[in-house]
Amino acid sequence: MAQKQRQKKSNTHYVTIKGTKEGLILHLDDTCSFDQLLEELETKLIHPGTEDSSESPKITVKVKVGKRYLNKPQEEILRNIIYQKKNLIVDIIESDVITREEAEFMKKENEITSVSRMIRSGQILKVQGDLLLVGDVNPGGTVAATGNIFVMGTLKGNVHAGCEGRKSAVVTASVLNPTLVRIADQFINEEENEQVYSGECAYLDEEDNTIKFDRLHILHQIRPGLNRL
Amino acid sequence: MGEAIVITSGKGGVGKTTTTANIGTSLALLGKKVCLIDTDIGLRNLDVIMGLENRIIYDLVDVAHNRCKLHQALIKDKRFECLYLLPAAQTKDKSAVKPEQMKKMVTELKQDYDYVIIDCPAGIEQGFKNAIAGADKSIVVTNPETSSVRDADRIIGLLEQEDIESPKLIINRLKAHMMENGDSLDVDEIVSILAVELLGIVTDDELVIRASNRGEPIALNPDTKASQAYRNIARRILGESVPLMSLEEDKGLLKKVKQFFGMRT
Repeated sequence: MAQKQRQKKSNTHYVTIKGTKEGLILHLDDTCSFDQLLEELETKLIHPGTEDSSESPKITVKVKVGKRYLNKPQEEILRNIIYQKKNLIVDIIESDVITREEAEFMKKENEITSVSRMIRSGQILKVQGDLLLVGDVNPGGTVAATGNIFVMGTLKGNVHAGCEGRKSAVVTASVLNPTLVRIADQFINEEENEQVYSGECAYLDEEDNTIKFDRLHILHQIRPGLNRL
Repeated sequence: MGEAIVITSGKGGVGKTTTTANIGTSLALLGKKVCLIDTDIGLRNLDVIMGLENRIIYDLVDVAHNRCKLHQALIKDKRFECLYLLPAAQTKDKSAVKPEQMKKMVTELKQDYDYVIIDCPAGIEQGFKNAIAGADKSIVVTNPETSSVRDADRIIGLLEQEDIESPKLIINRLKAHMMENGDSLDVDEIVSILAVELLGIVTDDELVIRASNRGEPIALNPDTKASQAYRNIARRILGESVPLMSLEEDKGLLKKVKQFFGMRT
């Protein structure tokens, strides 16, 4: 039995390297254990006569792990071993599976949370994903979302779209007259420019990294991702 | 069993105490049994405006700490049989009373009185929490100024989180000529920002201050507009449908106010 297993191990390859147009891809089998994988990497990646490898140009490689879930320390071990053995820099580790936690996070990020109430002075409403507010935001009130913010009423308070850094986030309101607009890490307030507040939507212009105001109809051109039809 | 109405504003100096005194007096004039409670411990004023300062023996804090019976602390108004005042203590501070104690007092008073009107201190801290603890309804007083409206908005937000009926609004110290010139916020603007029901508008009048200084609420003098406004507010509290008064000088506004009223009813 043990002999048979050993035989199997020596016959099948858990690690395969492929060269494609996009670059090197390292396929790691997902049926064996992680230790087996490491063992094979250790042996397979040894390259005879690689002593001068530190001087050769650095090549990046994509690692595909199939249906294997790797946690952060495991990913780190993989990166290290691949770098040490072959001087390859791991560009990205692709896995077909994610944890339930990650899945739920992604789902929430893409969800629209609808809220029907007024956000009054001193109140803060923060949601994950997009926010649809059926009501007004009064001066002194704050609405924030990790995604887009759509206000059906009058927006007079503070607003922070993409509050965890999503630069593509937009703000729209029936009446857009905010005291402070923030999108990702940029902000703009009333005093900066009297002209800026004309329009019904605000977005972050990637070119000069400033917040711009415009009419609603330009949104589908600059943010096609808003369409989920 | 009566109902407890808290009168609050967030910002100081907008006329909470004056409003409390006058609504209380107006309700008493209409024959209701009314008890006013001053919760501004340490900075009591309601007794002064009611002209009852020299009759205080026990106060709210004494009642809360069982140093006297509730009825012992109540002061009967000198003009009405049916109007009483529970004064605040002047020597302690807001933390001398807990919301539960307030709730108990208000519940007890509601047994005997038709209306328990609670005068709330400025701010949103302990004093505010005490004042709203026993209230069933609330009235927010604001002036036609941005800062005052901002604070009223904050207060409405806090009141909405409590188990209190949706607050009603009184716009106090309205200066018709300033509103006409666009120098102060107008009624429509305030109502659209705060989005609560308008209970009444009281115009700015020096006579109100004079009356308060004399310890005789202006509501007792039927000849003034302010007095009429307070009496109308009292009638609206009783559930009558009373149209908003015209603010004379401005015909355009009169039309607007009428229009507004028509829209609401």
